[in-house]
Amino acid sequence: MRKWLFTLAAAALGSLALAQSGRLEIFSWWAGDEGPALQALIDLYKKRYPNVEVINATVTGGAGVNAKAVLKTRMLGGDPPDSFQVHAGQELTGTWVVADRMEDLTPLFQQEGWMNRFPKGLIDLISYKGKIYSVPVNIHRSNVMWYVPAKLREWGVQPPKTWAEFLTVCQTLKSKGLEAPLALGENWTQQHLWESVALGVLGADDYSKLWTGQLRFNDPKAVAVWNTFGRVLDCANKDASGLSWQQAVDRVLEGKAAFNIMGDWAAGYMTTTKGLKPGEGFGWAPAPGTAGVFMMLSDSFGLPKGVKNRTNALNWLRLVGSKEGQDAFNPLKGSIAARTDSDPSKYNAYLQSAMRDWRSNRIVGSLVHGAVAPESFMSQFGTVMEIYLSSRNAQAAANAAQAIANQVRLGQ
Amino acid sequence: MRWFKNKDTLYGFLVILPSLVLLGIFVYGFIFQTFYTSLTDWGRDPAQALSANPQIRFTGFENYRELFGGFVDARFRQDLFNTFYFTLFFILGCLGLGLTLAIVLDRGPKGEGFFRTVFLFPMSLSFIVTGTIWRWMLQPQGGVNQLPTLVGLPRGEFGWLTSREQIWQVSWNDLPFFTALVVGVVLAFVAAAAFRGGERRRGWIATGSAGLLLLWALTLGRTLQPLPFDEMHGFNLAFIGIILAAVWQMSGYTMALYLAGLRGIPEELREAARVDGASEWQLYLRVIFPLLAPITLSAMIILGHISLKIFDLIFAMAGPDNAPTDVPALLMYITTFRANQIAKGAAIGTILLLLVAAVIVPYLYSQLKSEVRR
Amino acid sequence: MIGRALQYAILFLATLFFLLPVYLVIITAFKEPAAISLSTTWQPPERWYWESFSQAWTAFLPKLQNSFFLTVTATILSAMLGSLNGYVLAKWRFPGANIVFPLMLFGMFIPYQAVLIPLFQFIREIGLGGSLWGLILVHVVYGLPITTLIFRNYYAEIPDEMIEAGRIDGAGFFGIYSRIVFPLSVPGFVVVIIWQFTQIWNEFLFAVTLVSSPANQPITVALAQLAGGEAVKWNLPMAGALLAALPTLLVYIFLGRYFIRGLLAGSVKG
Repeated sequence: MRKWLFTLAAAALGSLALAQSGRLEIFSWWAGDEGPALQALIDLYKKRYPNVEVINATVTGGAGVNAKAVLKTRMLGGDPPDSFQVHAGQELTGTWVVADRMEDLTPLFQQEGWMNRFPKGLIDLISYKGKIYSVPVNIHRSNVMWYVPAKLREWGVQPPKTWAEFLTVCQTLKSKGLEAPLALGENWTQQHLWESVALGVLGADDYSKLWTGQLRFNDPKAVAVWNTFGRVLDCANKDASGLSWQQAVDRVLEGKAAFNIMGDWAAGYMTTTKGLKPGEGFGWAPAPGTAGVFMMLSDSFGLPKGVKNRTNALNWLRLVGSKEGQDAFNPLKGSIAARTDSDPSKYNAYLQSAMRDWRSNRIVGSLVHGAVAPESFMSQFGTVMEIYLSSRNAQAAANAAQAIANQVRLGQ
Repeated sequence: MRWFKNKDTLYGFLVILPSLVLLGIFVYGFIFQTFYTSLTDWGRDPAQALSANPQIRFTGFENYRELFGGFVDARFRQDLFNTFYFTLFFILGCLGLGLTLAIVLDRGPKGEGFFRTVFLFPMSLSFIVTGTIWRWMLQPQGGVNQLPTLVGLPRGEFGWLTSREQIWQVSWNDLPFFTALVVGVVLAFVAAAAFRGGERRRGWIATGSAGLLLLWALTLGRTLQPLPFDEMHGFNLAFIGIILAAVWQMSGYTMALYLAGLRGIPEELREAARVDGASEWQLYLRVIFPLLAPITLSAMIILGHISLKIFDLIFAMAGPDNAPTDVPALLMYITTFRANQIAKGAAIGTILLLLVAAVIVPYLYSQLKSEVRR
Repeated sequence: MIGRALQYAILFLATLFFLLPVYLVIITAFKEPAAISLSTTWQPPERWYWESFSQAWTAFLPKLQNSFFLTVTATILSAMLGSLNGYVLAKWRFPGANIVFPLMLFGMFIPYQAVLIPLFQFIREIGLGGSLWGLILVHVVYGLPITTLIFRNYYAEIPDEMIEAGRIDGAGFFGIYSRIVFPLSVPGFVVVIIWQFTQIWNEFLFAVTLVSSPANQPITVALAQLAGGEAVKWNLPMAGALLAALPTLLVYIFLGRYFIRGLLAGSVKG
């Protein structure tokens, strides 16, 4: 009997020791400039669990375009990473949760007392049928327009407040010899621009109705978005699809363009990599027509079913959701914490202003960054964009978008 | 035992059997399964697309109908045009450059070995390596566009991989008409050739099919409209960069083929032509080029099937989702592994297979038939 | 005279076309990251900078090892099987061989996209998903048609009288292979091994879909991801491209004759 007990105790001890050793594989698309932020989190994890070997599996490519394909082959191939980065919202729920591939994390949220540490709206975004499926680590804003204040003074223009105003400013700048006043980059950044145009043209209410199916894409109001988008595109550089988002930002900094519409990770790039001071080296405003609205996206980490190192992964999620983890990660990443109790003093001028807006603005979700539409819609939206770019036919693009929405049963 | 001449033939069969079974599964079994998948709706419902045990429904040729006539899949139709033009110019470029280089090298210039090595070395590289190198060569504001500045000229402005310009545009709705017209004319030529060669039966069959096709094209051809509106497709100028890189990599191959062919032409033949008073140019035109025709055909087939399958080069040069340089092979990858439209990806894969088979099957048939005769 | 001038002009221009990219790769790989800019693309580096290579080497060493393991294993296996198959098809034609052979050959021309989805599921179901062994299996199977073809054409040149003589000496199927055919096969093996080595080393589609975990990635996938990332400083991809190209390039430079023979064999007729 005693021997038996001893074995049991030994086994229990053994499993405890095991829980803090072994491996942990984290899958994300944070490489390059965004690498240090992730590294800070990993360092914290290593401090807590020194015996765990952390494998940092990154697949580069903005907005995770390449990473998502690789992740898919891994999940389908029965080789899920222990935890992976996924945008909070439909990219998580509409892709992985409905396919029954993720573990329910509600118990973790209750255990850690997180239910009232995250904003209610955000928790709704990561929930499906009342259960929570990921741990959000940050909040980014999508609808931001970047510029260099000194250059604007030189050209004698103000940041435009509406898209109509933007087009006028664009003409002014063109007449002053600036060939492409708007800097644009590869594929997904064009869609990124589209969502800011859509929000500016439609307003927050109608924009949100697109994703619930209450406003159809071929409604005249939604078709108008494409018309404005086309005229905005005429202000952009022709070699867009050859540039990364950073190179597009560079064009603004070099004075070859006046504006760039990009998520606020651009602030992180300009402060960290380029060493510029927020407000002096670069300035920002909400994308035209979207003042008072915060188009959000959030990176989060989930727990796939059937992972190899479940305990280590849960510990990782505990860290990601903690105040300590979020305040280590976000100032470096150039985003604000998803938790409501973070310490503002750790953040720079831009991020503090984003925090204020996050608390006071109307919140809507981003399309390109996975918040409002499932991946099956999002990735086919590229085709819609292609139809528009090659034909410049707003109605055709709108019809195609509606056809895809019907096919994936958007908002149902 | 009845089927085999002796015990050793049986052993031989048993030795090759595992390979046959493996290829049977990996080639024919999987092709069949892909085809079956393409007839389903796998991926249409997001909840089923990625689930461990997806529930899939049979939907017939719905995916194919959408690809050719649904208005969402315009990208696939443009990809067909892209593949066509890429194949055309890639083959022309490789044949032209390869033949030129082979002729020059055949005349035995100084340093022949060096030149041969230089022209052939890209063949040994991975398409990924080539793509990475040429991606850098063709940066819109650098690389090749900077070359003119070295001699004091202004910088080039061409958007190598990014241009959205299209030339030679055709409406998708006119395609059935044009296809029937072209095939009809080709068949008419086949018929004429058959009559001249004395193969009357083949000639009549070809004449009949040509007549039917042309009749259909001229009467009903215009009424078959897959789309309710005109959708224009053409040659994407962004492909010029891809073609350049592909020719850089593969023209050494045609050069090697032609060089082997030229070396195989007996010197007496050339001498005989010279004695007849043929100029150097006439010698090539009348004697050598006709002898190289079978090589040209082989090279066209091999290059053609490579270009239909091209995937890694474009993946590395322009990325998988740069629409101006998209081809079906890439679209299949994106559709399946990014958009989760697995059945539609299978349909694209099947269409790709049919395209390649149309080139390869007659070739294999003729090659092996002539071998049996030999 | 004009002919000669033209001839050398063509050679000069062609050499320029083929070597310019090489020049660009080398100078870019040796530049400091900060010194790389689009407008000075063609200028040689002011200071030769070796760091990129050591960085690329550390980053790519595990991937190069993966590629070596994968390539060597798959090459040897497919060459062995191809040799046996070629022997059977050349010397022991069983009934139906004339039908089976073209069906086998078709397998080397198919676009692999047409088998990718079931292949992916199959590899997962037999438990090789994500591992190098799955990739090895795939390369061996899809390598069989070409290796069989080359060996079959090669063995066809061995006179039937030699096989007959072996049979009279009392050797059977395996005896003839090991005593007569295999010892004559060395040049055939060289051609096949070089061909398969370059093909498998350079392959990308299977590698990117079947091998998912970064620990098992072959070099082509790693290079594509490095160069396809954003805001890349081009010194690293260029150094990486050189490293990835080196093995096949060396094979080509030293064994080029056989490489070309494999090339020509790819067009079906020997």
